[in-house]
Amino acid sequence: MTLNRSFLLAILGLTLGTGTAQAAPPAQTKLVQHGAYLVRVAGCHDCHTPLKMGPKGPEPDMSRMLSGHPEGLQMPPAPKLTEAPWGWAGSLTMTAFSGPWGVSYAANLTPDKETGLGAWTEAQFFQMVRSARHLGQGRAILPPMPIQNLQAASDADLKAIFAYLHSIPAVKNKVPAPIAPAPTPIPMH
Amino acid sequence: MPTLLPALLALGAWPGAAKAPAPPRLLSQTGLYAAPGLVAARNLPYAPQYPLWTDGAAKARWIHLPAAIDGRDEAGWVFPVGTKAWKEFAFGGRKVETRLLWKTGPGTWVFASYAWNEAQTDAVLVPEGGLPDAAEVAPGLRHGIPSRADCRDCHGQERVEVLGFTALQLSPDRDPGALHGEPLRPGMITLKDLVARRLLRRARPDLLSRPPRIAGDPATRAALGYLQANCATCHRADRPIPGLDLDLRPAHALRTTAGAGSFPVPGQPESRILSPGHPERSALLHRMGSRDPIAQMPPLGTVRVDQAAVDHVRRWIADAPFVPSH
Repeated sequence: MTLNRSFLLAILGLTLGTGTAQAAPPAQTKLVQHGAYLVRVAGCHDCHTPLKMGPKGPEPDMSRMLSGHPEGLQMPPAPKLTEAPWGWAGSLTMTAFSGPWGVSYAANLTPDKETGLGAWTEAQFFQMVRSARHLGQGRAILPPMPIQNLQAASDADLKAIFAYLHSIPAVKNKVPAPIAPAPTPIPMH
Repeated sequence: MPTLLPALLALGAWPGAAKAPAPPRLLSQTGLYAAPGLVAARNLPYAPQYPLWTDGAAKARWIHLPAAIDGRDEAGWVFPVGTKAWKEFAFGGRKVETRLLWKTGPGTWVFASYAWNEAQTDAVLVPEGGLPDAAEVAPGLRHGIPSRADCRDCHGQERVEVLGFTALQLSPDRDPGALHGEPLRPGMITLKDLVARRLLRRARPDLLSRPPRIAGDPATRAALGYLQANCATCHRADRPIPGLDLDLRPAHALRTTAGAGSFPVPGQPESRILSPGHPERSALLHRMGSRDPIAQMPPLGTVRVDQAAVDHVRRWIADAPFVPSH
C-alpha cells in the first residue's frame, strides 16, 4: 500500500510539474539512513564485516565493510568436533563457519558488480529474502545467517536495507562457495 | 487536475485487479473431472517431449484452453485468461499430488497443489508452505510437495509459463532419444492439434513445416533437451540470476558453460561448468549427481539422482560431439 501511495504521489508530482527532482534526494538519503540503521541493529556487520586484530582485540575491518569472507583467507579443513554438545566452529574473522550444514562463508553485500550485490535488482533482493534461497532460486541460505529474522522485515525496511547496501563502497571480494558436510553426521547430543 | 483523476483511479484500481482468487479446497472442485475419476473432455491431455525429472514419478497432464494461445513469441506463449493446467504425480502406482496452474487475470495466476487422500478418491489443497513428507519415493527418501513460493521459483514471478506446454515440448518433431520420454498416447494434444483446433494464433506460418527442434547429433539433442526441461527454467538470460551468466536453453548452453562458475568441482582446480572431454571437471555434472542440499541441482523438487541422465550427460561430455573437430 505504501509503495502504491508513493507511486501515485510521484505521478501526481510529475503531472503537475512540481519538484519531484528536488524532493527525491532527501527521500533517498532518508531511505539510505534508515537502511544503515537497520543493518546496524540487525547485526549484519557481525558476520559480513570481517574482524581484524586491533590494539584492544578483534574489531571490524571497516576497509572491508560488509564484503564478507575475505577471498585471500583460505580456510584449512574444518576442525572435527567430536566432543558433543560442541557442534560448530567459526573463523577468527567471524566470516567462515563449520557445522552440521557444512562450511559456509558470509556473503559480499557491497555493490561490487561481479562479486557483490551490484548486479542485483531490488526485486531480486526481495526474492532472495522471501524465498530464503541463495540468489533467490538456488539452495537454501545456510546457517548461521538468520534469514528468518530478515524475512520478518517489512517491504519498506527491505527497500531501505537494499538502498543502503547499494550506497556503500564496492569491495571486489569473491567469497568461496560453501562446502558440503562430511558424510558422517556430527553428534547432536 | 480533472484530467488526472481518471489516471489516478485507474492506477488505484490496478492493485485490486492483480489479486488472485483463492484456489478451491478440493481437486474435484477445480474443473478437472466431469465425474469421479473421469477427466472432463474439455481438458486436453498432453506429454512434453522432454519431461522434468521428479524422482521417477509417473505423470499425467491436462490443459484447459478457453481461447487461443497468443503464439507470437515462440519462447513465451501468452495463455488466455481462464487457462488451467494440471499435473498429476504418482509413485508406486498411487497418486500423491496434483498441481494446478490457473490463469485468473491478464497478469495473475493461481498456484495450488493437492495431496491425494488414502482412498484415492479426491485430493485436498496443500497449505501454502507445501507438504514436506508426502510419500516415499525410495527407501528413506520422501517426496515433498513444493510450497507455492517454490512453484513460482520455476514457473516465474510475473510472466508465468506452463513449462511443459511450449512449442518445443509439443513439437511433432519429437526426439526419440529424449531421456524418460513418454510415448504419445491417443488423444494427447500436439502442436499440430493446437493449430488445427485454432487454439494457437499468430504463430509463425511455417511452424508445422519447420517445427522446433534442438540442433545437433542425437546425444547432443537429448542432453540439451534434458537441460532445457530440468535446468533452463531458472538458468536463462531472460530471467537472469544475479552474478550468473549461465543460460542452459539449447541455443545458449554450450556458449555459457565454458567458464569456471561460482561452484567448482571439489578437488578439481581446472573445474569448469562444462569441460568438454572431462566429465570429472564439469560442475554441471557434479551438481546433477549430488543430492547434498548445498550442491544438488535442481535445488528443489527432487531427492533422488536421475542416474540415467547423469550417465547420458557424462558420456556426452566425455565424447564431446558438440566440439568441432579440427
